[in-house]
Amino acid sequence: MQKKILSRKSLGIPYMIFLVLFVMAPLFVLIYYAFTNGQGEITIQNLTGFFSDPNTLGTLCYSFGIAAVTTAVCLLLAYPVAYVLATSHLKEKSVILLLFIMPMWINFSLRITALKELLTWLEGNLAYHPFLNTVIGMTYDFLPFMILPIYTTISKLDGALLEAARDLGAGELQAFLKVTLPLSIPGIISGVSMVFLPAMTNYVVLDMLYNSTYIMGSLIGSYFASYNWHGGSMIALILLGIVCLFTLLTRGAEEETARGGVLL
Amino acid sequence: MEQKTNIIELKHITKTYKDGFSAVSDLSLEVKKGEFITFLGPSGCGKTTTLRMIAGFDIPTEGDILLNGTSITELPPNERPINTVFQRYALFPHMNIYENIAFGLRQKKMPENTIVKKVKKVLELVDLEGFEKRSIDTLSGGQQQRVAIARAVVNEPQILLLDEPLGALDLKMRKEMQLELKEMHRELGITFIYVTHDQEEALTMSDKIVVMAEGKMQQIGTPEDIYNEPANAFVADFIGDSNIFNGIMTGKLKARFCGGEFACVDDFEEGTHITAVVRPEDVVLTEPGQGKIRGIVTSVIFKGMHYEITVESGKNEIIAQSVNSAAAGDRVGIYVEPDNIHIMLAEDHTNIFAAEINRNYELEYNGKVLDVQLTDLIKGSRLTEDGTLLDGNGLELDRNKLRIKISIKPTDIELTDEQEEGLVQGYISNLIYKGDHYSYVIHTDLEQDFVVNDEYLWNMEDQVGLLMPVDKMVFTVKK
Amino acid sequence: MTKKIWRSMVIVLVLLFLYLPILILSVYSFTDAANIGAIRGFSFHNYVTLFTTPELVKMILGTVVLALGSAFLASILGTMGAIGAFYSKKGMASAIHTMNQVPVVNADVVTGFSICILLVVVLGVSKDTFIPLVAGHVTLCAPFVFLSVIPKLKQMDSSIYEAALDLGATPGTALVKIVIPQIFPGIVSGFALAVTLSLDDYFVATYTKPATFDTISTYVVNATKGAQTTIKTALWALSTVIFLLVVLFTIVMNIRAGKNVQERNGAGQ
Repeated sequence: MQKKILSRKSLGIPYMIFLVLFVMAPLFVLIYYAFTNGQGEITIQNLTGFFSDPNTLGTLCYSFGIAAVTTAVCLLLAYPVAYVLATSHLKEKSVILLLFIMPMWINFSLRITALKELLTWLEGNLAYHPFLNTVIGMTYDFLPFMILPIYTTISKLDGALLEAARDLGAGELQAFLKVTLPLSIPGIISGVSMVFLPAMTNYVVLDMLYNSTYIMGSLIGSYFASYNWHGGSMIALILLGIVCLFTLLTRGAEEETARGGVLL
Repeated sequence: MEQKTNIIELKHITKTYKDGFSAVSDLSLEVKKGEFITFLGPSGCGKTTTLRMIAGFDIPTEGDILLNGTSITELPPNERPINTVFQRYALFPHMNIYENIAFGLRQKKMPENTIVKKVKKVLELVDLEGFEKRSIDTLSGGQQQRVAIARAVVNEPQILLLDEPLGALDLKMRKEMQLELKEMHRELGITFIYVTHDQEEALTMSDKIVVMAEGKMQQIGTPEDIYNEPANAFVADFIGDSNIFNGIMTGKLKARFCGGEFACVDDFEEGTHITAVVRPEDVVLTEPGQGKIRGIVTSVIFKGMHYEITVESGKNEIIAQSVNSAAAGDRVGIYVEPDNIHIMLAEDHTNIFAAEINRNYELEYNGKVLDVQLTDLIKGSRLTEDGTLLDGNGLELDRNKLRIKISIKPTDIELTDEQEEGLVQGYISNLIYKGDHYSYVIHTDLEQDFVVNDEYLWNMEDQVGLLMPVDKMVFTVKK
Repeated sequence: MTKKIWRSMVIVLVLLFLYLPILILSVYSFTDAANIGAIRGFSFHNYVTLFTTPELVKMILGTVVLALGSAFLASILGTMGAIGAFYSKKGMASAIHTMNQVPVVNADVVTGFSICILLVVVLGVSKDTFIPLVAGHVTLCAPFVFLSVIPKLKQMDSSIYEAALDLGATPGTALVKIVIPQIFPGIVSGFALAVTLSLDDYFVATYTKPATFDTISTYVVNATKGAQTTIKTALWALSTVIFLLVVLFTIVMNIRAGKNVQERNGAGQ
């Protein structure tokens, strides 16, 4: 008996080893490289370099800007769609939802190519509106990731809550603002985390739309191209820090709202 | 009389988990071949753990399990000639009924034509002829239950284990299946070990019942034995409805409990602390003057075959069953035939009494506030500013639904002349010298008997106060 | 009534935003046009180029083989990991869960770059061996297989494993015949997710692929920077083909799902 319980557990060992080798080890190497230089000496120059160079700091700010605007636009588009879809009584609801998911299965580079051709035709030269085009491109790429979690949260809402709000005298708008919106916050948060981080790092969309400005991801790309592993590792580490921070923040918020939901 | 052989023997079985919790402790048991034996007890009493150790899913930390005289304690479940009917059936959802039943036979590498025959036969046994190709989720709960039984018995096990098999069925279905299982037991002639928390089920079906509580065997015997001669207060309380009183022997075949003196048939030495059990159907209501004790009817509920009448006598509550109705507020007398009073030795003289929770969420007894925080008694609970009590999950607790029981040992209570200083007052109704101390019974003004050990001599009928330090009290909270 | 129109408008407009570029490109892929705008004659030449240019064919096949291969490996690893973690003690299980979460929340750039640093820079594994690329894609996909199998294990009635043992099956048989079939839907959806992740990946591939090998993503990104019109318009055709395949796949899956529901309802009556 002891032995067989062991055998079920031991199935996890290969994956455990795999995770240590390909997830943990690379991260440790990354940390090591970030704090050493080409001669193998331990240094914090990569770190101080990043925060003293106006160019890299500018990149950080620009990334935040792009990500914030993209996230906001995605949210503004996704929420109404998710809300309408989740509250509709259409029979074809699942088919319509599928229509919003399907683009995710088409290779993103081909979709961006399509968008690029259309924008070129509309604008003439993409270089005139680099910021706008980038936001459009990223919204186009990431929108489904915002729709899905919000849709799921709203459709799981207990309809009786809304009826109760109406019963207690709330108007339709009041009921939405006081009940639906607060209760859909967990969905919004997970949508935001699924859009914001990629928007800071996915520099291919910029590249393809001829936006020559750098975002955080592009820095890694440029260090990679110039074989500067130490600089690249530091950028990767800073990104990792942002990811961790963001995950912690959203997790805290999610728990908070989950508790709020129970108390409501 | 011919002695049947033991098919399974449990020898001093103990199962202790890593956190130190013992689910079963020092359980010994012999089961005869062909018996229908039932483990009965409340949830968490260790009955399912015992079953799982017989099946081989759990291994006892101590002790031995013998099957036909050979130890199988550490034999894996797949090598034991024992099969289980699981609580929620545990049918394989991706297989049809035929494949489910054939599963065990296939493990034995039986030829397919034998399997077909056996499955057909066992489906007849459980009244599901022709159901071979049906899928599991098209069956009702009762039908799934039959398939689960068929899947187990088709392997012709030496012992069939049934873990609350009827728990998920509705009442009518359960009654039907009880009879069918009993019938099946007779037909198959194999040993059934049955686990349930339903005493009626146990009494109806079993040859022998093992009553369990807190991992220990409380009593083993035939259903009649268990019902008529419960071994202790727990068994009496768990099997059927009972009135249970603490009391003391006051003479030859005489016992004092519930504020009266009753004649009885159990012989214990005078002065012995006892527990008296009276079944509600044995409580006779009389005219106020004619009974042993008097009381006032507080509620009457019509139960179809009889009335359930609750009578309050002092602080005691007595439940009676009667074919004649009564009205709340009626004054009545209470009488019990000596034959119907079951006297057993009180295992432990620990005094138990109920405290009340007042409006400020303080514990109160006899109008006195106890120096203890309610929030310390209920794990994770807290009081909010607006004065409601929340439990660990933040849910509100209703103080009227909380029952706090306090237990305190006889040695921890002190007697005092300064009556008002005591938590409760009363007179000494009995005393015995126990070698190095006296054991007193104090009948309090609240009509409850307390047992107190004290080294000083007091006299009968002395009025005393009872000092009970809060730190010696053990609190149990029931919701 | 106006409310209903508003509601439909929202859906239609956003759907238009998502589909218009792809649809327009699909239309133009059947013409001679090199840019959107000027409509010229109908032509299949983009499709001919797509399926006859060795470079393009090799790139498409390479992407598909890589996706299927790494999804397969990821499914085995992720499933075993999920079963192992599910039956392990709390500490071990939460260690696996935490490590599993890292590639899920991490930016792909960081995942790709860190694997490149470890394997290529530190350990000196040549990118031409495809080891870094496959390792990278399995790392990208396996956590998602893990995450789709775990809920199935939780949903499973834990006593059916014990029931199998009780009926005489060895632990191995019980795992293969009872547990695996129960969690199989989770493994399949994990596999499907893994395939789409690998197909869609750009970053991990960029940092770990051999110089001579391209996935659709890396190829398209490079091609858009170049000015070779024939290749560019051939990619329009590729986009159309993939779009049609996705539509076809969705329809087939939907019909099958509908049939299953019907069958179950039918049998239940």
